[in-house]
Order: sequence, then C-alpha cells, then structure tokens
Amino acid sequence: MCKTKDAGLNDVFARFKGKREELIPILQAAQNMDGYLQADAMKQIAKFVSMPESQVYGVATFYAQFYFTRRGKHQVKVCYGTACHVKGATRVLDAFERTIGIACGCTSDDYEYSLERVACVGSCALAPVVVVDENVFGQVDPSQVVKILENRVC
Amino acid sequence: MQADSPSRIPEIRENCKAAYARQKTRFLVCAGTGCVSGGALAVYEELKLLISEKGIDVDVELLFEGNESEAGVAVSGCHGFCQMGPLVRFEPKGIFYTKVKASDVAEIVEASLVQGTVVERLLYEDIDGNRCITEHEVSFYNRQQRIVLGNCGIINPEDIREYFAADGYQALAQILQGYTSEQVIDVVAKSRLRGRGGAGFPVDRKWLSCLKAPGNSKYVVCNGDEGDPGAFMDRSVLEGNPHAVIEGMIISAFAIGASYGYIYVRAEYPLAVIRLQTAIEQARQWKVLGDNIMGTGFSFDLEIFQGAGAFVCGESTALVRSIEGYRGMPKAMPRARTTEEGLWGKPTLLNNVKTFVFIPDIIRNGADWFTATGTEGSPGTAVFALTGKIRNSGLIEVPMGIKLREIIYDIGGGVPNNKKFKAVQTGGPSGGCLPANMLDLEVDFDSLLKVGSMMGSGGMVVMDENSCMVDIARYFVEFTVDESCGQCAPCRDGMSQMLKILEDITAGKGRSEDLAKLEEMGRAIIAGSICGLGQSAPNPVLSTLHYFRHEYDAHINEKSCAALSCKELIAYWIDEEKCKACGLCRKACPVEAISGEKKVPHVIDQSKCSKCGICIEECPDKFNAISIVTGKQKIEIVEGVK
Repeated sequence: MCKTKDAGLNDVFARFKGKREELIPILQAAQNMDGYLQADAMKQIAKFVSMPESQVYGVATFYAQFYFTRRGKHQVKVCYGTACHVKGATRVLDAFERTIGIACGCTSDDYEYSLERVACVGSCALAPVVVVDENVFGQVDPSQVVKILENRVC
Repeated sequence: MQADSPSRIPEIRENCKAAYARQKTRFLVCAGTGCVSGGALAVYEELKLLISEKGIDVDVELLFEGNESEAGVAVSGCHGFCQMGPLVRFEPKGIFYTKVKASDVAEIVEASLVQGTVVERLLYEDIDGNRCITEHEVSFYNRQQRIVLGNCGIINPEDIREYFAADGYQALAQILQGYTSEQVIDVVAKSRLRGRGGAGFPVDRKWLSCLKAPGNSKYVVCNGDEGDPGAFMDRSVLEGNPHAVIEGMIISAFAIGASYGYIYVRAEYPLAVIRLQTAIEQARQWKVLGDNIMGTGFSFDLEIFQGAGAFVCGESTALVRSIEGYRGMPKAMPRARTTEEGLWGKPTLLNNVKTFVFIPDIIRNGADWFTATGTEGSPGTAVFALTGKIRNSGLIEVPMGIKLREIIYDIGGGVPNNKKFKAVQTGGPSGGCLPANMLDLEVDFDSLLKVGSMMGSGGMVVMDENSCMVDIARYFVEFTVDESCGQCAPCRDGMSQMLKILEDITAGKGRSEDLAKLEEMGRAIIAGSICGLGQSAPNPVLSTLHYFRHEYDAHINEKSCAALSCKELIAYWIDEEKCKACGLCRKACPVEAISGEKKVPHVIDQSKCSKCGICIEECPDKFNAISIVTGKQKIEIVEGVK
C-alpha cells in the first residue's frame, strides 16, 4: 500500500512478517519497485513466505496486475469497459497501436511504452477512457492520441 | 478532541457544525477521479490562491479556533455528473458550475465574492437551452433521491470533522449507548434491506447467520471489488464518503461480534485507497475506530486489502481466498457459507460498500424511514451508473420502482445525436439487454430478474442504433472468458466455445445451427458452473437472443450488421457521384488505403482498409460521399462486382 518506492526487497520484507496472507501485498510492493516481478525477486519472496516458488508463481500469474517482463517507461492502458466499448474503445486502441507501432499487450523495443487493454477503470461517464501512467484521460477520440502521448505527465 | 464516550458525539457534531458555519461562503471542488482527470486539482489550487489574494484566509483550522471567514474552498468526493466536470459548487447559494477550467476561476471568484452574480456560460444548460443555477434545477439531479450518495460531493472526505458535522458516527454512538446485537439486527430486519452487491440477499439474515455462528473470532469484510465493467458507484462512495463505509462496518461488527475487518478495494482505484487510509487514521485518532471505541470497551479495527486485478474475486469465497494469499478460486458446492466459515475458517460477514453506507442512516432514521421509499420487495433506493449513449452520463440514485423510461429520458436526457434508443444493458456481465418495449419496467431486484436481466452492481449502459447486440454479447463473453478462474469445465470450456461461435457470427462465418447451440450451451453452463460468475455468464447471450434474434439471423443469413459495427461485415465505400476528389480522406487515411487524384473520384482499397472511420469524419458534410455498407452491398463491393 506504500506509494513510495522501496529501494530493495529487504525494505519490503522489513514491513512484513513472512506470513502466507501477506503474499499479495508483498508481490504488489515488489512490483512497485521496478514495474514488474523479476525472477530473482520471486525466488526471494518464496523463501520469505516459506512457500515453493511454483506456488508463488501460481498466485502471481492468476492476477492481472502482475507482470513478469519489463514494462515500458510509460504504461498506456485503454479501458475496455462496457461504456468505453460502446463508445468506441476499439477505434481508440487501434489508433494507439498505429501511433506507437506496437500491438496491444506489447512493449515498444525502446521500452518507452507498454500498451494494454484493461477491464474497467471506473470512469465510465467519461468513456472512452485511457490511462497513461497515473493520469486518466476521458472522452478520448482517436485524433487525440498523439497529443495524449506527448502530454503525459510522469 | 476525542470521542471518549458515545455521549460526546452530539457535542462533537455541534462544535464541527458551528466551526463550518463560521465560513460565510465556500467553494466546493469535486475531486473524484473523473473531475481530477479533467483538471479539478488545478481549479482547486487556483481558487485557494485567488481567495488568499483577496486577504481571506482559507485555513479551516482557524474556523475551529473560533474565527470567522468570508470564504473557503474544499474538495469533495465524486458528485456523480462526471461528464460535466470539473464541477464546482458555491455554497450556501448552491450555484453549480460545470466544465470549469483553472482559467475560469478568476471570473468565478469575481462574480461570487465581489459582484454577487453568476458566470452564466459555466452553468449547466438543459435540453431547452435554459441555464440552471443550482443542482436542484438540473433534471439529472432533481429526480434523484440521494441517500448512499447523499454526502458525496457535499462533504470533504479528507476531514472527519465534516462527517461529524453531517451526523457522522451518531448512529454508532446510539448503538453503543444501549443496543444489544439482536436489537441492531432487528432494526435492519425491519428495514428489509437487501444487499447491494448484486444478488440482493436480505442483509439481516446474513448478519444473524454470522452472529449465531459459533466462535469468538469473527471478521467483517467490505466488498469493494467493483469489477463490473460500467460500474463505478462503489469507487465514488469510497472516494467521496469513506467514513460512512467505516461506520457501517463498525456497526455490523458490533452486531455480529467481530473484532477485525478488511476493506477489499480494487487495485484500479488508487484514489479510493488514499481516501480510505486517511479516513481510517482519522477515525482511530478520534477513537471511533480501534481499541475501546468511544470508551465503551468495544474494539474493532480494520485494514485495507488491495485487489490484484481479478473480477472473480468479487465472489465471496474467491475474495476470502484472495485475502488469505491464494488464487481467487471460488469454492465448489457443497460448501459452508462464508458467514459460518470464511476467512481462515472463521465466521465472516461480507457485504457490499453501498450496503454498509445505508446502515448508519437506517439506525438514525429508523426502519420505517427506509421502507417508505422503494417497492415492497425492494425497499430503499438503488444507485446506478448510467453510461453509454446517453446525454447525461453519471451516477444516479433513485427509488426502487422507478421506470426505466424515467431514468433514461428524464434523468439521463435521452439518446444524443438524434439517434434512436435500442437497448439498455443492466447487471454487467451477469445481466441482460432490455429493448425499447421494456422501458416501462419498474426497476427493482425482482422485476429485472423476471425479464431476463438483473440488478447486479447497478451498471446501466444505454445503446443506440449503432450498437450491435451480437457484438455486445460477444464482448461480455470475451470478458467472462478472460476472467474465468478456470476451475470448472462448464465455465472454462463452455464459455470459450460460446465465444468462438459468437466470433464466427460477427465475422460472417455463422451457421444456421449456431443459435440453438448457443441456447443449449447457455443452459448447460448455468446449470453446471461452480459459482455465480459461470452461472450468470451466459445471460447477456441468452437475453440478446431472446430480444434481438433478428440481428443474429441477419448476421448469419445475410452477412449483415444493421448497426454497421462488425468489421468483417461492413465496408467503407466512396460514392463516385458524390465524391469531389478534395483529397481530405486520402491524406488522413492512416493505412493509405484511399487512392485518387484531383478531379478523379477516390476509391478505397478494401484489402487495406482498417475500418477506422477517419475518412468519414474527414469527408466534408456538404459532400457526404463516404458511407458504410453491409450485407449484399458490402459483398458486392468487396468482391468488386459494383
């Protein structure tokens, strides 16, 4: 839950006791450091909570929040909720794919952008919605894509 | 000051009320996620700055020290009318400004604090062109009955003192001053409150089951895993009035004998998490939460658990597993009820955010107050997220029993852009689509079930003539397939097969036997799935097959999508008689699919066209040379016959 980034896993572990029920918050904090869960981190987490690595992966891979490959510096999430879909999210996603030059679910070669579709961010009255890093953009039209990518605030 | 005993609460309330009354006027800036995305925080900062420049000190602490102030500025939670944000209200007159930018602030301050006038261009304009000065004049608001949403947009959720001033924690004090557990549950029973998570289970029965369950270790969990696409009311309540959720949870904990709780919030709601954290800390400081609440010896504390992105974790047993650190896989029947064996095998009360928010009001105002609204089977109000092809999009709270027509036309303002209403989808991925001839339906839990839909979380997505109902069914099934936990074959494999069939139909590869197959599979999946996700997943397909079969037939038999939506069944076509070869479409086409020269009508290369729609937008209205065709016309064009 801590928004400030931990410097290393030891800082994360210092806040917990190593109990099973802490697994998901620990994974969330670990991912918060580098943007994804690295193999080495998973090993250490498994040791910390005294669980086989396979089971830790079993839990982590179940949840959409966790990534296992390096993400782009900027994460572009096109909302695919019902309202957004009805109001043209597909066209918005197509426009982002064309502009960034990557397919949905991928990261650009220069690791500048990751693009993905997400289930619903809960801003349905502003459909179609796109979230870039922490910033929410509402009523997005495909013609605004370039501006959104330029104006992203880190 | 702390709440050392329940009898101090009224005094705390009066102190807080008196403090805020010393502020003669106040600007309230909506800082829900929607308005923040539109720049509300910049508006807030600019207001603070300009008011200070007038020599007015906006520090709230001064009010509590007994000082008066000409004006103040605060943030509020989500006001519900996100589409018109950023929203600013000037109290006490209640002047309601919409789409406010930081650059508008100087004008607003001048008008409000100096001239005593309004800035007309920022007022909401209704469908007849009239400017509404206050919310009460706006039809989006004045037909609502805001109880759960009552304080959202009115109080600053980041200061517990505003909650105290608004009768906050009075109900808890009342309970702690002499109710027994049974008496609390009795009030809830008389109110006939039904859970607002979607299934509408009687709240008192759940609480009683938990109270009766043996054991000293019990838990209260608030289900804030609002995963239904199209629903954001729980988010708004958590952001806008977190204390009401906390108070409701503490009261329920008292009723069932629990000492610890969790608020399960989706990962996608970071602002809600922050507001809750602040609220929890303040509640502890004031002794209304934690050890020895209000000095009565009753202790209850709670923490936030952030979901990690799994729709299925909204199901009670999956949610419990998730908190315990496991994959969120629902338990198969036969299984003990969560109220008897929940978290770590202990009795656990799980209720939705909105359910908890009703509780303090019901305790304070009485069960009769609550049942005076709504229907016999569904007393009270319902919160809906009204979105999609609707003029006034946002969160609304209305009495149960209201007609769909009133929601969509009177409150929602109808379908924009001169398009025709086609359907309204309720209940998210578990619900169904209702056509125009259902508009006089009086909405409550049971009436929606009767017509093949359900209340669900309260999402209400309006669709017009350009929404393809087959595509909507495919969309929901795709969602369910993604979110299925994968445990049971009916859901995992059955829904995947349904998806393949629907994808074939929308791609023009449907077969005549597909519809009967979808219906048969749907019934089997409902009967055979382990949990509510699978048991309701076929609903969008079955309801669209029931009400919109003609669309399915056209997709299969005529390869035609009347909504002009399914990409494989449509083609963009330039009418050579209307095309004046201006070249705008050719230059704008992102895939260079349009060819032509000056004075030569342009042509779209169908093999390259990605159907993005940019060419139609570019073609000047006076030419209107590009259209979308489907069915026979499309086949002729693509096969080059025309």
